Amino acid sequence: MWDYTDKVMDHFRNPRNVGVIENADAVGEVGSLSCGDALRLMIKLGPDGRIADAKFQTFGCASAIASSSALTELIKGKTLEEAAQVTNQDIAEFLGGLPEQKMHCSVMGRDALLAAIENYKKGGAAQPRQDSRLVCACMGVTEKVIERAIRENRLKTVDEVTHYTKAGGGCGGCIPDIEAILKRVNAEMERAGGAPAKKLTVFEKIQKIQETLDREIRPALRQDGGDIEIIDIEGDRVVVSLRGTCSQCRLSTVTLKDVVQAKLREFVSPNLIVVEDGNRPLEGA
Amino acid sequence: MNANRVIYLDNNATTRVAPEVRDAMLPFFSDFYGNPSSIHTFGGQVKRHVEKAREELAALLGAQPDEIVFTAGGSESDNQAIRGVLEALGGKKRHLVTSRVEHPAVRSLGQHLSKIGYRVTEIGVDRDGALDIDELSAAIGDDTALVSIMWANNETGVLFPIEKIGDLCRARGVLFHTDAVQAAGKVPIDLSRMPVDLLSLSGHKLHAPKGIGALYVRRGTPLIPLIIGGHQERGRRAGTENVPGIVGLGTAARLARENLDREAKELSELRDRLERGLLDRCRGARVNGKNRLPNTLNISFEFIEGESILLHLDELGIAASSGSACTSGSLEPSHVLRAMGVPFTSAHGSVRFSLSRYNTREEIDFVVEHMPRIVERLRALSPFVPENNQTRQWQGSAGNPSCAPGCGRCASDH
Repeated sequence: MWDYTDKVMDHFRNPRNVGVIENADAVGEVGSLSCGDALRLMIKLGPDGRIADAKFQTFGCASAIASSSALTELIKGKTLEEAAQVTNQDIAEFLGGLPEQKMHCSVMGRDALLAAIENYKKGGAAQPRQDSRLVCACMGVTEKVIERAIRENRLKTVDEVTHYTKAGGGCGGCIPDIEAILKRVNAEMERAGGAPAKKLTVFEKIQKIQETLDREIRPALRQDGGDIEIIDIEGDRVVVSLRGTCSQCRLSTVTLKDVVQAKLREFVSPNLIVVEDGNRPLEGA
Repeated sequence: MNANRVIYLDNNATTRVAPEVRDAMLPFFSDFYGNPSSIHTFGGQVKRHVEKAREELAALLGAQPDEIVFTAGGSESDNQAIRGVLEALGGKKRHLVTSRVEHPAVRSLGQHLSKIGYRVTEIGVDRDGALDIDELSAAIGDDTALVSIMWANNETGVLFPIEKIGDLCRARGVLFHTDAVQAAGKVPIDLSRMPVDLLSLSGHKLHAPKGIGALYVRRGTPLIPLIIGGHQERGRRAGTENVPGIVGLGTAARLARENLDREAKELSELRDRLERGLLDRCRGARVNGKNRLPNTLNISFEFIEGESILLHLDELGIAASSGSACTSGSLEPSHVLRAMGVPFTSAHGSVRFSLSRYNTREEIDFVVEHMPRIVERLRALSPFVPENNQTRQWQGSAGNPSCAPGCGRCASDH
């Protein structure tokens, strides 16, 4: 049982500012379905350049929902420049504190805010693709995200980095890498005094894949009594499973490669590789 | 929280001590507190009660009383069985076969053994949670000492084909241990006709107290004791007996045996009522696992997260558990659901309801009545629910970038 404060529970039970802003001036999205939490922040600016409205949608645990709610309350009325100064500690403090292992929820709020500001600067254009080296492949955490969390929260140990960013929380293969980053950044901070690094987002294409499946692929499969389900998406690798009659069909490999993969490459990204669950890569994929 | 107000649906975690069990135990704290090993009558008379409990437990399992060793619980029994056999075989056979969905008492032990020179093979399961028997058969080799496969899974309730596995082990000359912590008292177990060499069980999963368990050891099975120091349990488990716990476990075993058929029927009716109710009334629901214990329902809700569901249930006084990463402090969802290839849209949104003889139809109906509102509240918050994306599509990251070599997270996908 987590020791959540009353304020966390209040913002979990009665989250403020849930919903969608039509024609938002800035949108920031972080996290993913497979990582277990995700946040979409939408901002509308008033004529005075201040944040007139902020709304969110969140998939995640109680502290993720409460952190998102707190974030929207914190930034309303601020200019984007002022909002950019809101840190993950501000979010945690607003809530009366978060359990150490849940600090990554406040970091997710901060990341979404920075993503939204970046999005505004680019005139509402699609968010940039990942522009930093991936350190934790299991949790999809880049070096920049880790570095920023270290600087802003003065992190000293790998466990702290995991609690704040989730990096290192999967297979643990990146722990030596995190140790090296900790050492480097802490040394730099000692020399310079710790200027915050700039924002970064890690993003991709789930919605499009789901839609393409629904629109282009499922109807045909269902006509034949079959179906398809996404098991996981790892970068460009889409792990799927064929259901119903498809699962017994000896032409299923052909279906996957010539139909599913081809459609996904056409409508989502030319780099996608479709793999059947159970580790059978498609020939020539 | 008022103990009488809770709707307790977390019986695979622990159970209420049956009032009959508690009453049977009470005299052994302050009245008959003697040591069963003592020569005097005051202590010696206690021994009769220990032996009576052993007979009750043997009867539940279709075993002989001298095949029962009392332990402190399921984890000790698992450790005793696996380490005891490996040591007894003198390190000549250094291969253990187990499954990807074992309880941590077996799985973490396997991971430990693999670091100290043993070879460990984990057998996979399919999307229904069923064990791949062909893979098991292929995994057994000349150096295999022991196969350890659970009778029923604690998270999903999925039952494994114990007789088939035992026959296979017999035919290949390999010892077979099963962790029956979740199965004992819920499904019929007759070891007099089943090819099982070692079986673990735990008192607090069948309405006895915490801190007592047992290991069944078939006569003639080679085993070195884990705890050395005294002659108790015929030299197989040193330490003065936990007399109240043993008496409690014996009483719980008798209650389970006397009521097993009726309870299994009643539990499965209640569980099915819950399952049908939730599937009918909650959007995005799917059941994880087929061919299950009568009391277990593991159900996932698409696009929402398990901890949030549990906290909303908790506010209504409903106690359940989840395979979500967030509930454990780990960052990964349940290894069992991942091994089953549960789609990532549902893996974080699982809830386990596990029933007992003390649950009522009114309680089940209360859950079915309130769950749809919880699901809808969380769906309204979720950026992944399709109707929440009318004006805007999710631009963010879909899944994870590709995994690092040796990544344990997606072992089931590689």
